[in-house]
Amino acid sequence: MAGLATSFGSGAMTNSIDDIAEHAKAFFVIGSNTTEQHPIIGMRIRQAVRQREAVLIVADPRRIDLTDFATIHLRHEPGTDIALVNGLMNIILANGWEDGEFIAARTEGFDDFKSAVEEYTPDRVAEITGVPVEQLQQAAELLAENKPTAVLWAMGITQHTTGTHNVMSLANLQMLLGNMGVPGGGTNPLRGQNNVQGACDLGGLPNVYPGYQSVTSAEVREKFAQAWGLSTADGGSQTAVGGLSSAVGLGITEMIPAAGEGKVKALYILGEDPIMSDPDTNHIRHCLESCDFILLQEIFPSETAPYADVLLPGASFAEKDGTFTNTERRIQMGRKAIESPGEAKPDWWITAELAKRVLQTSDDSRKIDPAAPYSGWEYENTAQIMAEIAALTPSYAGVRYERMENGETLQWPVKDKNHPGTPILHVGQFARGLGKFHPIEHVPPAELPDDEYPIILSTGRVLFHWHGGQMTRRSKGLLEIYPQALIEVNEDDAAKLGLNGNKRVRVSSRRGSIEAKALITDRVPPGMVYANFHFPEASANELTIAALDPIAKIPEYKVCAVKVEVAN
Amino acid sequence: MATVNISVDGKKIQGETGQTVLQVAREAGIYIPVLCDHPALPPEGACRICLVEIEKQGTLQPACTFPATDGLVIHTNTERVRASRKFNLELLISDHPLDCMTCEATGDCLLQDLAYEYSVEGDRFEGTKHHYSINDPNPFIQVDRNKCILCRLCVRACREINGVEAISVFYRGFGAYIGFGADSHMADSPCEFCGSCVAVCPTGALWPKMSLGKGRPWEVERIQTTCPYCGVGCQIILEVKDNEIIKVDSAWEGPSNHGWTCVKGRFGWDFVHHPDRLTQPQVRRYLLEGSQPKPGPADRHPEVAGDPWEWVETDWDTALDITAQKFRQHRDESDPRSVGVLTSAKCTNEENYLMNKFTRQVIGTNSIDHCARL
Repeated sequence: MAGLATSFGSGAMTNSIDDIAEHAKAFFVIGSNTTEQHPIIGMRIRQAVRQREAVLIVADPRRIDLTDFATIHLRHEPGTDIALVNGLMNIILANGWEDGEFIAARTEGFDDFKSAVEEYTPDRVAEITGVPVEQLQQAAELLAENKPTAVLWAMGITQHTTGTHNVMSLANLQMLLGNMGVPGGGTNPLRGQNNVQGACDLGGLPNVYPGYQSVTSAEVREKFAQAWGLSTADGGSQTAVGGLSSAVGLGITEMIPAAGEGKVKALYILGEDPIMSDPDTNHIRHCLESCDFILLQEIFPSETAPYADVLLPGASFAEKDGTFTNTERRIQMGRKAIESPGEAKPDWWITAELAKRVLQTSDDSRKIDPAAPYSGWEYENTAQIMAEIAALTPSYAGVRYERMENGETLQWPVKDKNHPGTPILHVGQFARGLGKFHPIEHVPPAELPDDEYPIILSTGRVLFHWHGGQMTRRSKGLLEIYPQALIEVNEDDAAKLGLNGNKRVRVSSRRGSIEAKALITDRVPPGMVYANFHFPEASANELTIAALDPIAKIPEYKVCAVKVEVAN
Repeated sequence: MATVNISVDGKKIQGETGQTVLQVAREAGIYIPVLCDHPALPPEGACRICLVEIEKQGTLQPACTFPATDGLVIHTNTERVRASRKFNLELLISDHPLDCMTCEATGDCLLQDLAYEYSVEGDRFEGTKHHYSINDPNPFIQVDRNKCILCRLCVRACREINGVEAISVFYRGFGAYIGFGADSHMADSPCEFCGSCVAVCPTGALWPKMSLGKGRPWEVERIQTTCPYCGVGCQIILEVKDNEIIKVDSAWEGPSNHGWTCVKGRFGWDFVHHPDRLTQPQVRRYLLEGSQPKPGPADRHPEVAGDPWEWVETDWDTALDITAQKFRQHRDESDPRSVGVLTSAKCTNEENYLMNKFTRQVIGTNSIDHCARL
């Protein structure tokens, strides 16, 4: 998200699902296994290709299912996205296929960007990416001839040490082609969890309050201090007393290592499962063991539960009211359908109860002014919380439960209670004014194969399971159809290893080792294996590297070096 | 598009060129029965139930495929039309099990509704009946070809909506049946188990296995909500009986998914009722018994009764007070930054907002994040 925010001033999917499904003349899908990870969008792409002959360009090291429908499949080496996109833009510029009018009217930074891209000649790019020059030419031509093109991506773009730069490259491409702010175009990152957009929107990030209001802005802190009834003195990093901290907090990939170093002593974990979902599991285990106090609020005893000191039972999605914001920024109701089992409670109730108790016992240390409009924690329902959100979050200002119950579908920004929402971002003007081109250079991944670890490991999810697998491993049908971790191994590599269909493989990196059944397939190219993190007995994150993108702090899940052996 | 004016049962209505008679009538609120049509799918003209009388046309015409053109005068409910519909229903029923008492689809079956409407008894034609075994070995969808009326809605949904074309009709005439892939099991075909076929099946031929025997349509409460899995934000309808979700049905008005789902959305909700669900607050024993120190990693034996690391079930007040005291201690005795908060991309906007407020207002740090990066 940091990438799009830098280029455009706002980091979210710019267009809507219906819009791109109906209006895109071409789709450029890079780093998204859409039919397995966002199946409904995958279906819409297949429909567009079959029913209205939309062009589909897929760039992915793996032969994902969507490639069966693709006009062209660019099978680039993992971790070479920037080189690939720069190469396409080089050809577009060399042929004068760019949208000069759009560039002149709506962007800045073009000249520096152009000189950087000029270095990425087709021959050089073919060398870096492994994609033949003819295919680069063909793809560039398809992009030039089929406007608007919608660019779609997911974690295949962001889970690299160069993730932010990967995103900025795609922003460059769409500005170059003039595909921004128009129906059927745009930059469309597909969000992985049902409310990852909402968690980002509502302040679940270490650098921003709800609505992406910066923690480093004194004006913003003043606003929240007044709303929440705090003194406006800077809480900072030194003092335990006072107001709101101006220091950017720790992100997930810093917080847990900080627990290992004794800097973070207490963790409040809501519905997350770091043991399954964070990189380098062995290190995570050590960090969680070292933490003085861990509160885990969950619906299941997850793989993280053995490390928790207190385990509080939350309600599942079907047992509580609230809203979720989907990948296209659409705010929708989740409705209570059943009662929770036993004593389980909605998470909003638990957090509020805990907050009240911490504040009650706070004596003098943290004074809250009860007269401030949103200082308290007495919530009777979630509509009341949404009213507080709307009051403090400009992009949600017009969101009301009544509107949603009346059948309105609201995509943020919803500027006031009469505003209809915003299906397409950046129409006429970017959020930051002019869109900014950035010169972006190819940098290889942090850990590349060598003699000892000669194979590239890439990781991700499969259709039938979900993330750490806490829900899908407890769904009878899903577990029956996909009962164990499978590691994709190319046929040539399998032959070299002497693998046959019945044998298991041991995959080891510098950080750990897993054993699982091999799926021998041409989905992965020679020299690459692919593993998922759905099963604790063979989770890919035992192997992954905690090398982070320096800007977004996202780990490089898509590339690390491993060795593969036949297991005994 | 040009407007077309037609008359249906004496009522003047308007449509657009390119629409069928059925589409124009349906938009005008005029009921024409049909088994093989779905608004989201191209017409097929397979069931012959929607036959109507169109003036100046010698034979009855299927409303679902007949193009609406200016000046058509249509009668949907004449003696001739009703006789024809009844005849076609009698043919369908002659090779259809009459086990409505135990059939899953009872109350949610178009064929049953029409048989009732047209007083079809099922004894008009004697003849051979199919006796297919119900044996597709997949975890999700029961395939009962005995109840299939060959409307081809499933074939079209798989082709037009999903796109994998896993379903087709094999053979012709009385020998025709729906099959998967190269006439194999569903799991051996390109099927992704999205359940679109189940969503459009007008009878009990395709039914969710996990819903078998769980309840009747009139016994359930239907609640529309948002799917808990990926970021598409599909709307789904939970069918609930006796505090148990028994089925997911299509929410056709859902703005991102228009009623369709993937395998997880339609069949992956049973985790909600899994016996592993946490039902009681639990704390480690060392926290309950005064000021015992936390045992080191090597001294944790949660399975040993009385061990300080053993889980003890407790009440909300106790668990929350212990937790509040711990957070307060770490905030006040060291530094607000010694507390970290992981909020959840699986929780609601309201819950995420409160986690943000807890972190910033109550603790005084900005160390809050979630799995957006993972």
